Amino acid sequence: MYKKILFSLLFSCLLSVSAKAVEIEKVTGKNGVEAWLVEDHTNPIITVSLAFRGGSALDPKGKEGVSNFVSGLLDEGAGELDSQAFRGKMEDLSISLSFRAGLERFTGTLATLSKNKDEAFNLLRLALTKPRFNQEAVTRIRSQIQASLKQASQNPNVIASVAFEEALFPNHPYSRPTDGTEETLATLTVDDLKEFVKKRLAKDNLIIGVVGDITPQQLAAVIDKTFSDLPDKAAPWELPEVLPAKGNKPIIIDRPIPQSVIRVGQVGVKRKHKDFYPAYVLNYILGGGSFSSRLYKEIREKRGLAYSPYSYLYPMNSSSLFAGGAGTANERVGETVDVLLKEWRRMETNGATAEEVNNAKTYLTGSFPLRFSSSSNIASILVSMQLNELGDQFLNERNKFVEAVTLEQVNKVAKSLLDTDNLVVVIVGQPKGLKQ
Amino acid sequence: MSNFQRPFFLFIFMLAWGVFSLSQDVAAKVFNPETFTLKNGMQVVVVSNHRAPIVSHMVWYKVGSADELEGKSGLAHFFEHLMFKGTPSYPDGEFSKLVAQNGGQENAFTSSDYTAYYQTVAVDRLELMMRLEADRMTNLALTKEVIEPERLVILEERRQRVDNKPRSLLAEQMSASLFLNHPYRNPVIGWAHEIEKLSLEDLRKFYKKWYAPNNAILVVAGDITAAQLKPLAEKYYGVIPRNPDLQKRNRAEEPPHRVPRRLVLKDARVRQPIWSRTYLAPSLVKSDKATPYALEVLAELLGSGSKSRLYRELTFKKKLTVSAGASYSMGGRDHSRFSLYGSPTPQTSIEQLEAALEAEIASLLKDGLSQIEVDEAKQRLVDSAAFARDSLTAGARVLGAAIASGQTVDDVEAWPSRISLVTKEQVMEAAKMVFKPSHSVTGLLLPEDKQVAK
Repeated sequence: MYKKILFSLLFSCLLSVSAKAVEIEKVTGKNGVEAWLVEDHTNPIITVSLAFRGGSALDPKGKEGVSNFVSGLLDEGAGELDSQAFRGKMEDLSISLSFRAGLERFTGTLATLSKNKDEAFNLLRLALTKPRFNQEAVTRIRSQIQASLKQASQNPNVIASVAFEEALFPNHPYSRPTDGTEETLATLTVDDLKEFVKKRLAKDNLIIGVVGDITPQQLAAVIDKTFSDLPDKAAPWELPEVLPAKGNKPIIIDRPIPQSVIRVGQVGVKRKHKDFYPAYVLNYILGGGSFSSRLYKEIREKRGLAYSPYSYLYPMNSSSLFAGGAGTANERVGETVDVLLKEWRRMETNGATAEEVNNAKTYLTGSFPLRFSSSSNIASILVSMQLNELGDQFLNERNKFVEAVTLEQVNKVAKSLLDTDNLVVVIVGQPKGLKQ
Repeated sequence: MSNFQRPFFLFIFMLAWGVFSLSQDVAAKVFNPETFTLKNGMQVVVVSNHRAPIVSHMVWYKVGSADELEGKSGLAHFFEHLMFKGTPSYPDGEFSKLVAQNGGQENAFTSSDYTAYYQTVAVDRLELMMRLEADRMTNLALTKEVIEPERLVILEERRQRVDNKPRSLLAEQMSASLFLNHPYRNPVIGWAHEIEKLSLEDLRKFYKKWYAPNNAILVVAGDITAAQLKPLAEKYYGVIPRNPDLQKRNRAEEPPHRVPRRLVLKDARVRQPIWSRTYLAPSLVKSDKATPYALEVLAELLGSGSKSRLYRELTFKKKLTVSAGASYSMGGRDHSRFSLYGSPTPQTSIEQLEAALEAEIASLLKDGLSQIEVDEAKQRLVDSAAFARDSLTAGARVLGAAIASGQTVDDVEAWPSRISLVTKEQVMEAAKMVFKPSHSVTGLLLPEDKQVAK
């Protein structure tokens, strides 16, 4: 059964753009699994994006990294095919299939020439339901992950991220290392991997977006074949609500590098909260809007302190963050942190101007269609609409939500949300000139 | 999560052919572009893609870091940053403000061979982008006040990209060691001590010398046709006077390479060792027009994906490496590079890894290849075109980079059919030609002060 919904992709009160329709069709298999499809026969390719709710935040304590380990092994042999046979088939048919463990979702992408779609979806089915976890592959992928953990452990950005998350979410799954640690990796067993697959990959937490050279009828058949063998329900889980911790003085991690990495963070706004859109506009003005943000102007343009100062809003299921940062020579960390905090405080105290809010809204609405520039982008939009429960009218409504944001709302959120005095500040490097 | 990169540089070989993958039918073209040339000599390329009412508007200049004068490294990239600073008509950040107000996204990048600027925007905003981009081609206002803070930004960019990363430091030293005389030896971003000394005068001269319509290419991809674009291109770019004194791009040439080079970087920050070797290799532009295609097939079958020889033998069978591979791209105006790399398992020493990798190359040269591995590698390369066509920007980027480096539109469009003509014998000849120890630099990235492994 199919349900058709037409979206006008481009519409805008501020930009008069010729409307073109993106047609999203909801396709449901006999097994009850639903996929959102954008049919497009321009090129003979099909792109699939899928996500299982859950993610590495659910990795059991002591078994951190299990979801990431599984993501590296699902395409390393399944069903009758061992690793070489499975990957050989992928390469011979130019099928790309890969999985990734995110904090709150376990994702997969599949891209294939449409002529090879039966083989491609069959490999996807095997990967999800009959992974082999042969000893050879488990050992090989384990050592690959350990090598990449070793590499990451020398990367100042990763060091900063780890410390930042630990400071913000102490003792909460959000501060656990997504990819695990060398120690946890060493202890994970094949039983742990199988347990993950059994508990976490099911029909009821699966979300699918498909774009390209396939009809709804064909897709319905594919859904039946590919996903019927998944268990109906994932194991229940709970992720406790948490507010990010407050900071008092900068956390400094001494590393012999010429440029310090600076991170600041505090509580943000969740995706479905009524303040989300005002906060989204606020972030654009402060540090999200690349070349026109306040942080960009004050830190980079005027003073030449950093190459890419930024801020971002990061809504999670059980928490939210508003964070920012910059990288600067050790000698100039004091000045950079001063300017960063000054801008944070200026926004908290005085808010934005009407012109800034207007410019932000024009950019945020006008640039929305640019996200539709490739099949994989569109497929992941289809998935995130479903993951965030934005509703099937979201593409039509989204710019209206942005348009509706007023200066008063932005300034109210600036005042109530921003908390300069209690920012968590993390610095990796050998910073100089910090005030106590 | 740092979400944007304004003026960044790309290494010359990053926009590799290998990055995208091409079509199921050998006779198929890749991007089917339309081209024409304006009266002042500016070439125009249009790639139509009507999926969404958006366009990617790019201007490419045929100048890169390899065109800098000796002692002035970093000039091309420094200049790229300045292009955002303002003209009399659009002063003081007005350019980026207008782009953003119109919902556009913009950036720029520099390589050894080119510098490019782009905006992605709704198609009805294209004309404004063209007016802005044409204006800054010749009207940029450069002052001391503008360049000094930007110099600091660029030095921070260098620290972020290179100095903070041992791996990038080694890569930079390997390039400087591979090229004995050609300016590809200098990093695109420049050496810090030279960036510190570039003067306003240097930057002004560079602008006058290279920024002109007869040294530029306009590439527009998206919801537009050549017939629609032409009047706009004539109106905005066609009226800019050509530079009658435009110079040839003369770069110092390489002397014969006689000695293999070996660099070892030991750094306390390193925990996972990496072995790599880069051989000097021909680019398409300066070659017999056959060898580069054979080298792409060679790199594919030797070191791309889990079916490749290096992964299969070293990672899968012998368990010596956690990863191993090879890469080659025919891009680059004067030279290209063929690279091998591997990262050892904890049980393997870097010497064992090196010996095993060299043994693979030796056995390939001695025992040859099977027809089937050549055919499979060719098929994988040719298949990749269909995926390349899907993205709005891939065509614009590939065509722009190719033309700015001296290739033709035909070279790009004929790529799948030329790959499909490569024979097993040609791959073997190319392997014998490229794997000359004297033409190589080997780089070892190691932890400090202790044995890497047993």
